Amino acid sequence: MFWHAPYYRHPCFREGAIAQLGIAPGIAAWGLMTGVAMVKLGLGVSASIVMTLVVFAGSAQLATIPPLLGGAPMWVVLVTAFCVNLRFVVFSAHLRHYMMHLPRWHRLTMGYLSGDLPYVLFVQRFPQPAQDEEGRLAQMAYLCAVGSTNWATWLVFNLSGVVLAQWIPSSWGFGFAGVLALSGVLWSLADTRLRLISAATAGMAAVLAAGLPLKLNILVGIAAAVALCLLLEKQVDPVVQEESV
Amino acid sequence: MNAGWLDWFAQASHALDAAGMDAHTLLTFVLMGVLTMVARSFFFMSDREWTMPQWAQRGLHYAPIAALTSVVVPEVVMTNGQFIHSLEDARLAAMAAGALYFFWRKGQGQAVLGTIVAGMAVYLPLHIGLGW
Repeated sequence: MFWHAPYYRHPCFREGAIAQLGIAPGIAAWGLMTGVAMVKLGLGVSASIVMTLVVFAGSAQLATIPPLLGGAPMWVVLVTAFCVNLRFVVFSAHLRHYMMHLPRWHRLTMGYLSGDLPYVLFVQRFPQPAQDEEGRLAQMAYLCAVGSTNWATWLVFNLSGVVLAQWIPSSWGFGFAGVLALSGVLWSLADTRLRLISAATAGMAAVLAAGLPLKLNILVGIAAAVALCLLLEKQVDPVVQEESV
Repeated sequence: MNAGWLDWFAQASHALDAAGMDAHTLLTFVLMGVLTMVARSFFFMSDREWTMPQWAQRGLHYAPIAALTSVVVPEVVMTNGQFIHSLEDARLAAMAAGALYFFWRKGQGQAVLGTIVAGMAVYLPLHIGLGW
């Protein structure tokens, strides 16, 4: 956590904060437009503020407002939120190998802060879990930095969007900066043939499945891409088997 | 949990009631916040020893880029759930500009920031100016 001195004094904390700040304009614009959209969808300003502070999951926030205001039972709203968040379950399986040396509440706090881009930046910077104490501290300092920088950026701009909603027309399309931010990270991940195949498959599957409710097309895209890559990896890139474990 | 938190919660709840927000909505948001934490910590919540099968570990190397493309591609090539029919779309031009910048810089330095700036520099004039 950012108030944990061994983290914020570590050089990797600074490195992580700078990496996350590089993509902060995208997060900021995205958070701003999410805040605007929440109010435009009909959620009151005070409810929007509480939701922003507590929920901290942009796509889940937007996806649950229509059922919430439409009087759907609470469990429907919660199932919607969890489905939109399912991609994080996949990320957590990956992060597990980096985290298990920490106490549980510490892990849960780090988990709460590990949104999409912090996760991607982190596993890109540290492809393998550290094997010693020093390495683990460096990795957790970095993860803590990207996570808390992302959290702070998101909160400030999402709240600004809620407050400024009445003056910002949705039609300007500033939310697209968020998509561009994701795309920039995407390009930086496209470094092997199998990952390109993964990207192409996921993109096509997600478009074909776009009719599904609750953003389940995202899960269909991930599942199709990972399954195809696992089937193809021996043919395409025999080396991957040794380097990746 | 201690009583201080519960008191605080009750007070906050009254304040929100006064601001026009009911306890049911507040409880929904708190549970959604818990779900955010549970989803993001799903596989490391438990202290139990647990190893993933090899194939699943390898599969995770393809998951991040798949998740990003699954979110990004529909946002770029679809409008209201329909595949776009026109290439006169500010999003396509902006994505192309962003990608060109990224690969021109070979991903070095603040290439992601540059991707956003280059993309928006193309997007905003086309979208607001020409209505693409």
